[in-house]
Amino acid sequence: MTNNDAFVSLADVSKHFGSVVAVDHLSFTINSGEFFSLLGPSGCGKTTVLRMLGGFESPTTGEVYIDGVPMSEVPPHHRPTNMVFQNYAIFPHLNVRANIAYGLRYDKIEKAEVARRVEEALEMVKLPGFGKRRSNELSGGQRQRVALARALIKRPKVLLLDEPLGALDKKLREEMQLELRALQESVGITFIFVTHDQEEALTLSSRIAVMARGKALQVASPKDLYNHPVSVEVADFIGQMNFVKAQVMDVRNGEALLDTAGLGKITTSASSDFVRKGAAIIVAIRPEKLLLSAERGSDGRASVQGTIKTSTYLGDRNHIYVSVDGCEKPLAVATPEAQASGEKPLDRESTVWLSWADNALILLPHD
Amino acid sequence: MTDVAYIDRPNRPLYVYAIFYLAFLYIPVMFLPLFSFNDNIYITFPLKGFTIQWYVAMFKDQPMWAALNNSLRVGCVSSAIATLLGLFVAKAVTRYRIPGVKPIIFVIMLPMVVPLIIMGVALLILVTRLGFNLSLYTITMAHVLISVPFAMATLISRFEGFDPSMEEASSDLGAGPWSTFWRVTLPMVAPGVLASFLLCFTISFDDFIMAFFLGGTDPTLPIFIWGQLRFPFRLPGVLALGSLILIISFVVVFISLWLRRWGVEDTQSGI
Amino acid sequence: MIETTIEVSAPAPRSRSWRGRLYAWYLSSDALKGFTLLSPTLLVMGFTMCIPFGIMVVMSFWTQIGFEFDTVFTLGNYAEAIEKPVYRALLLRSLTISSICTVVTVLVSYPMAYYVAFHVRKRKMAWIILMTVPFFSSYLLRIFAWKVILGYNGVINSGLKGLGLIEQPLAFLLYSPTAVVITLAHAWAAFAILPIFISLEKIDRSLLEAATDLGDGPVKRFLGITLPLSMPGVIVASLMIFIPTVGDYVTPTLVGGPDGLMIANLIQAQFGLINNWPMGAALAFDMMLVVAVISLLYIWLTRKAMENIA
Repeated sequence: MTNNDAFVSLADVSKHFGSVVAVDHLSFTINSGEFFSLLGPSGCGKTTVLRMLGGFESPTTGEVYIDGVPMSEVPPHHRPTNMVFQNYAIFPHLNVRANIAYGLRYDKIEKAEVARRVEEALEMVKLPGFGKRRSNELSGGQRQRVALARALIKRPKVLLLDEPLGALDKKLREEMQLELRALQESVGITFIFVTHDQEEALTLSSRIAVMARGKALQVASPKDLYNHPVSVEVADFIGQMNFVKAQVMDVRNGEALLDTAGLGKITTSASSDFVRKGAAIIVAIRPEKLLLSAERGSDGRASVQGTIKTSTYLGDRNHIYVSVDGCEKPLAVATPEAQASGEKPLDRESTVWLSWADNALILLPHD
Repeated sequence: MTDVAYIDRPNRPLYVYAIFYLAFLYIPVMFLPLFSFNDNIYITFPLKGFTIQWYVAMFKDQPMWAALNNSLRVGCVSSAIATLLGLFVAKAVTRYRIPGVKPIIFVIMLPMVVPLIIMGVALLILVTRLGFNLSLYTITMAHVLISVPFAMATLISRFEGFDPSMEEASSDLGAGPWSTFWRVTLPMVAPGVLASFLLCFTISFDDFIMAFFLGGTDPTLPIFIWGQLRFPFRLPGVLALGSLILIISFVVVFISLWLRRWGVEDTQSGI
Repeated sequence: MIETTIEVSAPAPRSRSWRGRLYAWYLSSDALKGFTLLSPTLLVMGFTMCIPFGIMVVMSFWTQIGFEFDTVFTLGNYAEAIEKPVYRALLLRSLTISSICTVVTVLVSYPMAYYVAFHVRKRKMAWIILMTVPFFSSYLLRIFAWKVILGYNGVINSGLKGLGLIEQPLAFLLYSPTAVVITLAHAWAAFAILPIFISLEKIDRSLLEAATDLGDGPVKRFLGITLPLSMPGVIVASLMIFIPTVGDYVTPTLVGGPDGLMIANLIQAQFGLINNWPMGAALAFDMMLVVAVISLLYIWLTRKAMENIA
C-alpha cells in the first residue's frame, strides 16, 4: 500500500487533556473508500482520535489531513466529515424529517430537492414513513438509523461512527453490522468506526487500528491481525490466544530452533528481526490450532502430553484447558462440540496429547 | 402496613411539623389580602366588613401607576440583560474546560450573599464619582448585578440537563456557532431561559434596597410603597396593592421554578 | 503483509497565514472560547461590583468636608469606628441578632428539609417549590405583614384582646430585637431549606440501611450518619442567612424600633441624613471584614469539629 491512496492521515498527532495524554504521537493513513476501525479498550484514545477528525478536539501537536488539506484551521462545520454520535444526538425538539434535513440548509439546496433527498435517505435506512416522528417515539435501533441518515445525506467524504452499535442489544447489533457493511459498500464513502468490540471490528472492517494508551499497536486487515499479530498485547486483545515462553537456541536459513517452556524443542520458520540467537521470545498459538487426541498421533506432527483441568461450554465449541508441564497456564484448546460428547469421554485429570501444525505457531517479541 | 423500605417509613410527627412550617411561611403574608378587604382604616381585629374600596382607590392612584410602569420597565430590561449574561456563563462553564473556573463562579455568585447594602453603597459611590445622575438606568444596572447569580444558577442546571453532543452534531452537520445557537441550543434551553427571565424579573420587581440607594426622582413600586408606609391613612391602599403584587409574584415565581425543572427529566429519559 | 504504523512521509507544509494561525489557535483552545463567552459577564461584574467595591474602600480613607471630600489618606474613620461606643454596640447587636436568627432558622428548617428529603416521595418538586416561592416574593411586603401582625393594634394584640386574654396590648411585640429576629427568620427560612435539602438528598440511602443493619437505632443513626453527612448543607445555609442579615436595614427600620437598630441603619444614615460618605464606606468595609472573619472562623471550626468526630 502506498501513500498515494492516503485519504485521511494523522501525522504525529498527540492530544493532552491537562496532564493526561489521550493520544500519543499517533500516525497512520486511511484510504479512500475504506471501512476503517479504531479498536481498543475504553480510555485508549480511540474516541479522541475520532473527535479530532470531526473537529471537536484539536490536536495538541501534529496535524490531521483529510483529502490532502490540513484540518487545524477548519472548524467542524466546514469539514468534509459527518459523525454518528455514540448516543445518536437526535435533536429532541425536531421530528425525524427535520433532523435528517438539518444539515442540508448549509448546502444551498432547493426545497424540493431537500424533500426528495430526505425521502431517499429514509428509504435507505429503512425508515420510510417515519418522517413525522420525534426522537422519543423511536427505538434505539431507529434512532441509530436516523443518525446515520442525517449524516449520510450530507454526502460527506468521511463518515465518523462513534460506537454507534454500543447501545443496542446483541441481536440487533449483529443485524445492524450487516446493514452497515452493505450500506458502506453501496455509498462508497470512507467509514471510520470506533469500537471496543473486537468481534465487531473483525466483522466490519477492511482495516483495523488496534489502540492502547494513545498509540496504535498495529494497523492491519482483520485477517492479518488475527493471524499475524505483532505483539503479545495485540494477540491477547484479538480473539483468544495461548502464550508460551521460549528461548531462541539457534537461527539458520530462516529456520529457528526454539526451546519452549512446555512445548519442548521446536523448529519453525522465522523471518523477524527479534528472533536472534539467545533471545527470549513468546510463542503464541490459537486454541483452534491445537489438536486434542487421547493417543499420541502418528502423523509426525509436533505434540506434547498434558492433563485436562477444566472445560467451558461455548455452544458451538468447547474450550478445554489442558495443563502442560512447564507452561505457566493451562493451554486452551478449542474442540468442536461433537468431540466433547463423542465416543470417548474426556474426563478431568485424564491424560491427552496436543499437537499442532508447524505454521500454526506465531512468534512474538517478549515485552 | 408497609410497602416501603424501612428507611422510608412515614413519620407522622414530622408530617405535622411540615404542615406547621408551611403555615408559618404562608400565613403571615395571608393577612395582607385579608385586611385589604376589611372596611376599616385601622389594621386590627375584629374585622368590620367587606369592601373593595381600597382596590378602587388604588386603581385611581396615578403615582402608583407611574411607579408600576417604572418597575415593569426596569424589570424587563434588567432581567433580559441578566438572562443573556447568565446564558453566556452557563454555556461557557458547562461546555468548555476553563482553567480557574471555580473562583470565577464564586465571584459571580457573590451578589447572592454579600449584604445588598454594601453593593448598593459601593455602586452609589461609583455612579456619583463618575458624575452620572441617579435614575432608572442606575437601578437597572444594580438589578442586573443582583440577578446574574440567579440567572446563572438557573441556566447552568438547564445546560447540565442537556447533552453537549447535540451542539456538536449541529456543527458537524454544517451549522456555524450562531446557527447552532439559534437552531439547537436556544430551543433546548428555552424553558430555562424563560425561568431565568421570570426569576430575575421578580428579583428586580421586589427589590427595595438597590432602588433605595440608586433611585433618582422616578420611584419603582417598592420605593413607592415605602413612601406610603409613613402615612397611616395610606396603609389600606398598600394592603390592596401588596396583595396583588404578592399573588402575581407567587404565580410568576411558581411558574419560573416549575419551568426550571420541567423538561429536564423529559429530555434525559428521551435520550 | 503485516502493516505497522506508517509514517506520513511529507506532511504538506503548514500554509499558515498570521490570521489562519490565530484562528487555529482559537479553535484549539477551550479556555479561549470559554473566556470569550465569559467576558461580557465578567466585564459587567467588574464594572458593577469589583470597581465600585474598590472605590468604596479607597473612599473609606478620605474625609468628608461639607459636600466635598478631602482625599488625603487617613485612618481616622476606622479609628472612629473602633473607638466610638455606639458603632461598636450597633455592630455587636447586628452580629448577635443575625447569629440568633441564623441558629433559629437553621434549627427550624432542618426538620422540614429532612421531611422533604426522606419522607416525601411523590411531588417532591412541588414541596420544594412551595417552600422556595415565598423567598422571591416581595421582601418589603413580608416585613410589612409582620408589622401588621406584631403591631400595637396588630393581629396578635387585637386577637388576644378580642378573646379576652389580655387587657392591654403587649407592647414588647413590635419595635424590639425579638421582632427583628422573628421577621428575619421568616424572611430567610426558605433560603435555609434548599442547601440542607440538597445535602440530605445526596446521602446514599444504603448507608442508612447499613447503619440500621449494624444495630443503630433511629437516633443513633441520625447522629452518626445523617447529621454529619448533611453538615456541608447546614454550613452553607447558615452562611447564606448570617451574611446578608448582618447587613439588613429594612427590617430593623420597620419593626426594630430604637432597640432593634442595626449597623446597616447607621451605614445608610451616613449616606443619607448624616452625609458622611467616607465614614459610611469605612463602616461598610469594617462590617464586611468582621463578617468575613467570622464566616471563615465558623467554617474552620465546623471542619475541625467534623474531623474530630470522624
